Amino acid sequence: MDISTLTIKKAHDLLVKKEITARELAEQFLKVAHDTADLNAYREIFDDALCAADEAQKIIDAGKATMLTGIPLAFKDNILIKGKIAGASSKMLENYRASYDAGVTTKLRNAGAIFLGRTNMDEFAMGSSTENSAYGVTKNPHDKSRVPGGSSGGSAAALAAGTVLGSLGSDTGGSIRQPAAFCGVVGLKPTYGTVSRSGLIAMASSLDQIGPLTKTVEDSEILFDAMRGHDPLDSTSYPDEFQRPTYKKPKVIGVPVDFVHMKGVDPRVLKNFEDSIEKMKKIGYEIREISLPSLAHGLAVYYILMPAEVSSNLARLDGIRYGYHADGANLLEDYARSRGEGFGRETRRRILLGTYVLSSGYYDAYYGRARAVQELLRTDLEKAFEGVDIIATPTTPTAAFKIGEKADDPLQMYLADIFTVPVNIAGVPAISIPSGFVEEEGVKLPLGLQFIGPSFGEAALFAAGKDFENARGF
Amino acid sequence: MEIETKDVEHLANLARIVVSDSEKEVLRHDLGEILTYVSQVKEVTATLGEKQVGRLHNVMRPDENPHAAESFTEDLVAAAPARDGNRVLVKKIL
Repeated sequence: MDISTLTIKKAHDLLVKKEITARELAEQFLKVAHDTADLNAYREIFDDALCAADEAQKIIDAGKATMLTGIPLAFKDNILIKGKIAGASSKMLENYRASYDAGVTTKLRNAGAIFLGRTNMDEFAMGSSTENSAYGVTKNPHDKSRVPGGSSGGSAAALAAGTVLGSLGSDTGGSIRQPAAFCGVVGLKPTYGTVSRSGLIAMASSLDQIGPLTKTVEDSEILFDAMRGHDPLDSTSYPDEFQRPTYKKPKVIGVPVDFVHMKGVDPRVLKNFEDSIEKMKKIGYEIREISLPSLAHGLAVYYILMPAEVSSNLARLDGIRYGYHADGANLLEDYARSRGEGFGRETRRRILLGTYVLSSGYYDAYYGRARAVQELLRTDLEKAFEGVDIIATPTTPTAAFKIGEKADDPLQMYLADIFTVPVNIAGVPAISIPSGFVEEEGVKLPLGLQFIGPSFGEAALFAAGKDFENARGF
Repeated sequence: MEIETKDVEHLANLARIVVSDSEKEVLRHDLGEILTYVSQVKEVTATLGEKQVGRLHNVMRPDENPHAAESFTEDLVAAAPARDGNRVLVKKIL
């Protein structure tokens, strides 16, 4: 059987019709995972996946299968699975073994999903290329000289290479959607607070959100439905009544024209975006130009709030209670050496940046003002959603870039997230869907179209996303 | 935004991170460039007038149903780089 064309939905149908066993399915995906080891998508392929498949088969045989029973999934290296190492692709947590399951892990385990392995990422989810992993870059399956995007680059590459049917990422400023666009898969950043963050190694807690990477929008919905829900262990998770808004089929798509046409966007990306919008128009959507000037400030807000939270969250990693330890002459030196050696370059840079914007005398000038602009951006988006149902932008300003191309210029690297970051700043949901290709050196590189919805508007994103999949013509 | 080497040293000290001399120079340059970029929030807020108030509130869990004593002790202490029985071992601070 050709497993490369399988989706979660199709594999589920085969499993419940007994046309394939969970073990056979897992064996085939494990083979692909081993055959594509040169991509460096995985930090570890779990040795108990086949046991889990046998357990899943019992559930299927008992007629109690959920949509995810027996479905092989990959987890980003920052989501806790009890008993397994969760390293955040950092030397700091190289040997850290999770002492409990993350909220999503419990839900997916109960649904009978197979955990195939943990995937490579930018250290502590800080980056847009996986080049910040302490264990080397992941290669883009479409062109191995290029990055897969980041920080969930391993999860995107593992899926695009056909080693799993879905994977989990975390998105703080675009870390699910940007790699999804670069690798030609679907990536969803849910509304902040709809999926539990319990057991997700924190980067910037007010922006982090776990979400699925899948081959189709339908699969994205299946995984999202399995993961969503209130969790008392995450005090920022919303009660369930927030999570089921009355569903309204989206009809009007807003296009923030000035924002989309900003400096630095590849003209071929713009052409692809305009073609995609035209296709939505042809199938009956109304396209409305909107003005949202505050979106352009999203990235500046992000590079104040995010490092501020990073510097606070990562203060717990001191080489004393867990993680990497380096011995110094006294306790203070133990801290400074453990942190200096355990953290990679980008992590150290962001901790220092966060320390700066939070320090006495600068707090109001940076953090305080960034919070005010965040509020402005949220209010502007809320107003925009009074007139349109969803908003469309390209997911990224360019296709996947070369490994090493931006590694020494952090600001250029940060600009790769210009279209995705405002979504996290506002807390709203967004989805990236493959929208076509650009050709570079004879290789077709994927692009993504991003739909942004109002808070708790995932249903509108799925509806418009499925329409786009049917209309895009590949 | 001009950042000096002594600023980088001060920040590294506050953040409890050892930074090499060669990295200090790179950080001085990078932090300056990033801070210049993010300073646009100052211009944006200059026209805002009244300070915006956030819409967040604290959510506390009920203080009830404690887990049984020692149910997590071994897992947690085992993660420490150095231990002495059920204690995490650290250097003396006095």
